[in-house]
This record gives sequence, structure tokens and C-alpha cells, in this order.
Amino acid sequence: MILRRPVFWLILVFAALMAFIPFHANDVSMREDLILVALAVILASNLNLMIGYTGYVNFGHIVFYGLGGYVGLYLATVRNWNLVLAALAAGLVVSLFALALGMGILRLRGAYFALATIGVLLAVQSFVANFDPWGRSTGMYVDFSAYQRLGGARHALWMTYFLVIGVMALSMILSLGIKISKFGLGLFAIREDEDAAVVLGVNTTVFKAIIYSVSAFLPAVAGALMFYKNGMIDPSIAFEFMLSLEGIVMLMLGGKGTVVGAALGGGLYEKLRSYLLTSPKLSNFQLVIAGALLLLVVLFAPGGLIGWLYRLVPRARKVIE
Amino acid sequence: MTPLLEVSGVSKRFGGLLAVSDVSFSLGEREILGLIGPNGAGKTTLFNVVNGVYKGDKGTVKFAGEDITKCSPNQVVHLGLARTHQIVKPLQDMTVLENVTVGACFGREYLALKPARNVALEVLERVGLAKSAEMSARSLTIAGKKRLEVARALAARPKLLLLDEVLAGLNPTEITHMIGIVRDIRDGGISVFMIEHVMQAIMSLSDRIVVLSFGQKLAEGKPEEVARDPQVIEAYLGDPDIAEKLKENN
Repeated sequence: MILRRPVFWLILVFAALMAFIPFHANDVSMREDLILVALAVILASNLNLMIGYTGYVNFGHIVFYGLGGYVGLYLATVRNWNLVLAALAAGLVVSLFALALGMGILRLRGAYFALATIGVLLAVQSFVANFDPWGRSTGMYVDFSAYQRLGGARHALWMTYFLVIGVMALSMILSLGIKISKFGLGLFAIREDEDAAVVLGVNTTVFKAIIYSVSAFLPAVAGALMFYKNGMIDPSIAFEFMLSLEGIVMLMLGGKGTVVGAALGGGLYEKLRSYLLTSPKLSNFQLVIAGALLLLVVLFAPGGLIGWLYRLVPRARKVIE
Repeated sequence: MTPLLEVSGVSKRFGGLLAVSDVSFSLGEREILGLIGPNGAGKTTLFNVVNGVYKGDKGTVKFAGEDITKCSPNQVVHLGLARTHQIVKPLQDMTVLENVTVGACFGREYLALKPARNVALEVLERVGLAKSAEMSARSLTIAGKKRLEVARALAARPKLLLLDEVLAGLNPTEITHMIGIVRDIRDGGISVFMIEHVMQAIMSLSDRIVVLSFGQKLAEGKPEEVARDPQVIEAYLGDPDIAEKLKENN
């Protein structure tokens, strides 16, 4: 049972604190910092389902976030849907898209799959940049009056913040739930040896397609919320390849295959990045740091921070999942 | 009575190489059928066609009355046909118990996680790996990994088990232990179809033996009949005269 897992309660406490502290202090800049941390945790956790659990490296994971943003914004502004409904619909549409796509590209393995995911990202970006209903390369804007319907901009911003924190908590709970399920066991078998998994009875084709689709859902919901909050979207910010790569760095840093590791890596990396981006001397240096960090982790601590903890304290494996 | 496994006229070609050519045989309930032949005779390929890793070019495979010729390996497991690999394929970074739990979870009974764990523990006890349950599969010795292969396949609760050289690379003590396990499996009501190079073992274990050479079935029969067959001796030793001499000496 998931309720008996300490990590489950840890996730709830973590999310509650993240929601409460900036609200209580009424600190808007802290909120804007933390929403980026939450987004990093969402992206890293869902990417973990593919890389950490199933062993398939997805370089184009950000495509789900961007597409979710587009579908969500389109529904919320052009079609005047309620924001929460629009975000859920965005998640659903993008998941279905991933399911159909996955059936095709998940036939590929290893480096070929990784290459295909880059192809998907570039193809979707070019398509959107030429798609009229979504404003081609200039993108879409949220009309300021849209926030009025949510009780004013201030209220709307806090509301999207809480929703994003909720999506973050759900991402981690989803990771935990899959990790301790039979479905998760099947995924781990695929990660370790796909041929052996088939012979042991795992329907790898279906399992891979489902997890690819599941890993698309919450990032798409988050995309809808984030771009609504930001008030605009265009193809270059929605499908930023760098953010996709940074997601992989976050995951490797924290420890792939673990619930806490993905979140920890996401949070830490985002804090580091925002420090580097805002520091006057080191501005635009964050990718150099990201590259070096990735190299160091891969070379010296392939299990990331959590893997390192497991080695120091083997019993931690039972508690920190 | 219909046989448990019925292979008729199966062929498999890789480019210009006819790896398995028009092979037919059948296997009954609670029978141990041995499959022998020189290296490259097509034994493992035949296994792969039977359990669906490869699709045969010709012929049909029937299992428990169902045509499984076009089934994929994971479907075949659900029907009750499990196998081990000649080159062991442990799920390295998972524990021994988790490895076997995978077998039970996705096997014939498609068990939920908890009952699957219990089956896994019981099977580990049977093959003598219970003490290593919490070790990672990576850290097992080769003998341990061979046992793990058998345990994983057994956890699927099969009706028929395909064993691909489970004795290769083991020392004499380990071989004796493994032979005991195979006997125990059959006594538990599971049929066994096994490839083996360790002749004494397969001769003593098998009820019947099929001999494969260059993809063709050379002989089939009781172990002592097969051992005396001049064609079989020729296939192994490469010289028909040696067969004659051996006979004279006997």
C-alpha cells in the first residue's frame, strides 16, 4: 500500500510547505522562484518514468510540456474554457498523441530511440511554427481580461501556483505508485533486459507505449498552467531543446530510477541555474556548469546523489525510494 | 491422447543458411525430451522457433492443443511454456527475488505482486537460492545465474519448461545439484524439453532424445538407441569408421 510508504507522506509535507510558505509570507518573488523549482521537479519526475524506470532515453521530453501549453492556451483563451478543464484536456490530448507516437518510435532501441525523440521535438516545433490556428511563429497571447474571470491577476497567479504545486505532488506520487506496482516491476525488467522481459511474459510493446503516454500527461498539464501564467507562448520557448537536456542533467544529478532523486535533482539544479542566471559574472554560464555536472555524475556517481546515499547507507534503499 | 507439444515440419532460414530444416517431433505430458547435436546444429534456433522468439518460415507448433506458431514469446508464457537461456540473461540491477517475482507476475497465472512474491520465495527454496534472495542478480556466480534462469522460468508455473544448456559451465558438484533440480521439476508434473552437451547427464535424464545435425533431425528414440545409432556417432565424431570400431570394441 502506498499509504504505508514514508516517502508518500514526505511528498505531501514537502508540497504543503512549498504551497504554504510563500503564501503565508505573501512573498511574490519567492513564489516565482518556487514555481520554477516545482516545474523542474515535474519534468524530472516524469522523465524518470522513461529513463530511470524503463531505460529509454527521451531527449525530446519537453515536447509534451510545449504541446500541453499550446493546447491548454488554445482552449482557455480561444475557446474560453475553464483553466483547470483546459489543462486536463491538454494533458489528455498530449497523452493520446504520445500513445500513438510511441507505438511507432518505441520499436527503436537505444541510441536510435534517443535520436527519434530529437526528431519528434524538431518536427513538432516546425509544425507548430507553421500552424495558423496557433499563431505560427509569433505564438499566442493570453488577453489580460482572461485573468479577470479568475478574480484578478493577483488571485489568478496564486491559483496557478497552487495548481502547479499540486501537479508536482501528483508527479511524485505517480512515480512512487508505479515504482511499487506490478506495472513498475515489468518496466524495470524492460530496463534491465528487454529480450529477457519478453520471454518472462512482459508485453513490452504495450508497457512501453503506456509509460511513454503516462510520462506525457502531467508535463502537458504543467505546460498549460505555466504558459497561462506567463501570458504567452511561442514555438521557441515552448519547445526549448536546452530545457529537455537540462531535464536529463537534473535526473542524473539526483539519481535516476528513484522518486526522491528525480525531485531532488530537479530542485537543486533549478536553484543552481537561477543563481547562475542572475549572478552578473556568471550569466549564461549555466550550460557550461550543466555539461560539467553531467560529466562528473556519469563518471563518478552514475547513481546520482541518491545512488551515492544508497552506497553509504544501504538500508536507505528501503526508506528513500 | 494428444501430445503436449507438437512440432511439425518446422523450417527456419537465415539468409543462405537453413538453420532448421523440416523438423517434426512431439513431447508428452511429464516427459523429459533431450535435444542434442553438434555445435551449430540449430538446437537453440529450434527453441527460439518453439517459444516464438523467431517466426518459423514453414511448419506449425502446437502447444496443449493450441496453435502457437504465430504467438510472441510473452503470449506463449501465459499458455504455460517457459524457457531459460543458454547465455544467461539476469536482470542485473534487480535482486534475485525481484528477478523471480517478474517470472511469477507475468507467467501463466499472471499473479498480483504479493502472491507472486510468495511463489518466488517458494521457487527459490526449490532451486537452492533462498539464501541469496536479497542479493543483486549481478553478484551471483555463473552457477547461481543458471539456477536463477531456472527459478524465473519455474515461477511462471509452466506446463512445459525449455532448458537451454543449464549444465554448461558448471562443475561436477553443481551439475549433480542441477540434475536433481530437473528431476524434481518433472516429478512436480512439468514436462521438460532440454538442450544439453553434457552427455552422461542427458542420457540419464531423458526419456527420449532427438538428435539434430545441420538443422535436420538425424535420429529420435530412447537414449541407448540414439547412442548406438551409427549416423549419430558419425555426426559427432565425423567418421563412420569410428562408429564401426566402437561397435566392435563393445
